Amino acid sequence: MSRVMAQIAMVMNLDKCIGCHTCSVTCKQTWTNRSGVEYVWFNNVETRPGQGYPRRYEDQEKWRGGWELDRHGRLTLKSGGRLRRMLSIFANPIMPSIQDYYEPWTYDYENLTSAPLSADTPVAPPRSLISGEPMAVRWGANWDDDLGGGPSLASADPVVQRIGDSVRLDFERAFMFYLPRICEHCLNPACVAACPSGALYKRSEDGIVLVDQDRCRGWRMCVTGCPYKKVYFNHRTGKAEKCTFCFPRVEVGLPTVCSETCVGRLRYLGVMLYDADRVVEAASVPGDEDLYEAQLSLFLDPRDPEVAAAATRSGIPDDWLEAARRSPVHDLIMKYRVALPLHPEFRTLPMVWYVPPLSPVVDALAGGGHDGEDAGNLFGAIETLRIPVEYLAELFTAGDPVPVKASLRRLAAMRAHMRRINLGEEPDPSIGTRAGLTGEDVEAMYRLLALARYEERYVIPTAYAAEPGSVEEIGCSLDYEGGPGMTGPFGEASGTPAPVSVESFHSLKQRQTSDEVTHERVNLLNWDGKGVPDGMFPKRDRR
Amino acid sequence: MSWSETAMWVVTPYLTLVLLVGGLIWRHRYDRFGWTTRSSELYESRLLRIGSPLFHFGLLFVLLGHLFGLVIPEGWTDAVGIGEPLYHASALIVGGVAGVCTLGGIALLIYRRRTTGPVFLATTRNDKMMYVVLVAAIVAGLATTLLSAAFQAHDYRQTVSPWFRGVFVLQPDASAMIRAPWTYKLHTLVGMALIALFPFTRLVHAFAAPVGYVFRPYIVYRSRGAAGRQAVRAPRPGWDR
Repeated sequence: MSRVMAQIAMVMNLDKCIGCHTCSVTCKQTWTNRSGVEYVWFNNVETRPGQGYPRRYEDQEKWRGGWELDRHGRLTLKSGGRLRRMLSIFANPIMPSIQDYYEPWTYDYENLTSAPLSADTPVAPPRSLISGEPMAVRWGANWDDDLGGGPSLASADPVVQRIGDSVRLDFERAFMFYLPRICEHCLNPACVAACPSGALYKRSEDGIVLVDQDRCRGWRMCVTGCPYKKVYFNHRTGKAEKCTFCFPRVEVGLPTVCSETCVGRLRYLGVMLYDADRVVEAASVPGDEDLYEAQLSLFLDPRDPEVAAAATRSGIPDDWLEAARRSPVHDLIMKYRVALPLHPEFRTLPMVWYVPPLSPVVDALAGGGHDGEDAGNLFGAIETLRIPVEYLAELFTAGDPVPVKASLRRLAAMRAHMRRINLGEEPDPSIGTRAGLTGEDVEAMYRLLALARYEERYVIPTAYAAEPGSVEEIGCSLDYEGGPGMTGPFGEASGTPAPVSVESFHSLKQRQTSDEVTHERVNLLNWDGKGVPDGMFPKRDRR
Repeated sequence: MSWSETAMWVVTPYLTLVLLVGGLIWRHRYDRFGWTTRSSELYESRLLRIGSPLFHFGLLFVLLGHLFGLVIPEGWTDAVGIGEPLYHASALIVGGVAGVCTLGGIALLIYRRRTTGPVFLATTRNDKMMYVVLVAAIVAGLATTLLSAAFQAHDYRQTVSPWFRGVFVLQPDASAMIRAPWTYKLHTLVGMALIALFPFTRLVHAFAAPVGYVFRPYIVYRSRGAAGRQAVRAPRPGWDR
């Protein structure tokens, strides 16, 4: 191995997701609560089976995202080569429209106070945030939440369609789970490869994929390139935006906002070391179902002295190596092998992995009146419950049920093993052995998945060593050309983007001071109790 | 030569060049974030998919035609055996087709812009002014082509082209330009206005043509250090803001 690179990766334990959307909401408040990105959710939570957001994004025959192997077995973008992309630059032919995401809307609350007297209670009618016109709300980012809309919507799930018609009703009865999604920060990112301007890049220190807003020219090829549809077009600024992995937080050792606020504490962050020279080779293995193993083969063991030496030669700092040794993500992916990548067949080598949910299996057992925590029952059910396993395999291993079954067996073993301990029974080492784990492994995995504290779930090396003289540069983060208070030379479409907090500060201020409807109203929440602000009392009629 | 002729054919071209070059440098320095296509494809793609390629590819051919006609002296084409009648006929056919495509494309795009609510909402006053000049330049250019086909053919390579080349060697031959018919003069003036507007309107995206994409490796890695040095400038004193 010649070139070792480090990546901050995430693992989500799907068994613990309750679909509360807290991650989506806090992410939106942090990053996309601005005009131009109303429809954008860097983090969204989908109910599976379901169509996802944007609708049916996984159908790459339609959206042409990700990579494929050409006739000669070489890796090429599914949307075509460089020349083809250049020729379609004047109108990207395969870009989702706003309707494929959903048309964002607000409500006309003014109607509540200004509607004329009538027998009916006035309502706040929806208004499109795109056209400003009245609109009928017909779709949203999680319209089919909790299987809402029933089989007619869920049957359009591309994964369901791949499994086949015969299973549809079966799995309808059998299971449902939530899939929180962010940008995958892939090792072989198709969005980066598709960007004509070279504005998208992968950070060599931590693998975070970012858009350079000053270099993006709005060609929109990244939107097509990303098979997960996690690069979005800001229709106000004309620039691409995407999940930033909360890099300003990660840089100082804090977890991303979605991880920090996750109610179920199901997200894990940690460093993965990988062999950067073999990325293309791994993404080019012929069989789709071999991609999971190929990606595993890229990951390096930070405890191996040879790896450590090579990492040091590649410029990876010691505290990053130390963090890699303690990485919970590395344990879940490599040691316990319970975490799996999302859609490896897109060949982007994604770096946000998932522990598949055992709950569909447990639910099916419990629903049939069986003991859902008995090892024998669970192992048997994993083998016989074809539908959930096939569905999970289509999501996580390109259709190969073997790794999914192995992962589920380990989760089942953990469940059965810990149940015996909780009931004061003698631990049965054979349970773990049947899943390929020792009793100690089972308990360590249980600690990591069930009890791990904040600093065990998020092992993020803080220090990027500060460069000499860089302290002076920190200054005020708002001190830059065209910063707050300065607009661009051509109105809001030009100039540098206003930091999110500044923009919402101004909109808040505006809302509190220039309410069109009620000039003579003051927001008492902002009153410090001193003086009499304008509008607190009605104006005296001086005539 | 009257003072107005001097102003039009000696002063204006240099003013245009200064505005173009200076404007591009200024915009690159101060408004890199605003340097974008400001695509409206998210709102409407059906008409855009026809109109935009029609306009842009038409324009590329128009541009090539201009380069060919203005930069290459008549003597050179004569030397390789392409006489004026043959040259003129081929220029007329290629230029006419490209011009009609460009005009049809921009007509469709403007129709789309006016009738699609969200696209019209995203149209600034700057855009509207730019569209007026752009359409005027295309119409005037197409008119010179068609008029010369309908009536008498003017050999602009004896008048406009020497003047154009003269501008770049700092010897603008205004007397040559004066001999051109008024339609050519009008097209040239509107064209100079359009060129001067380039850096200050959305047209600036033409200078973002991603030629380098064909040559660079697919995956771009950037160090945080390099990105930081590029993005964060040293704080400047208050009086320098």
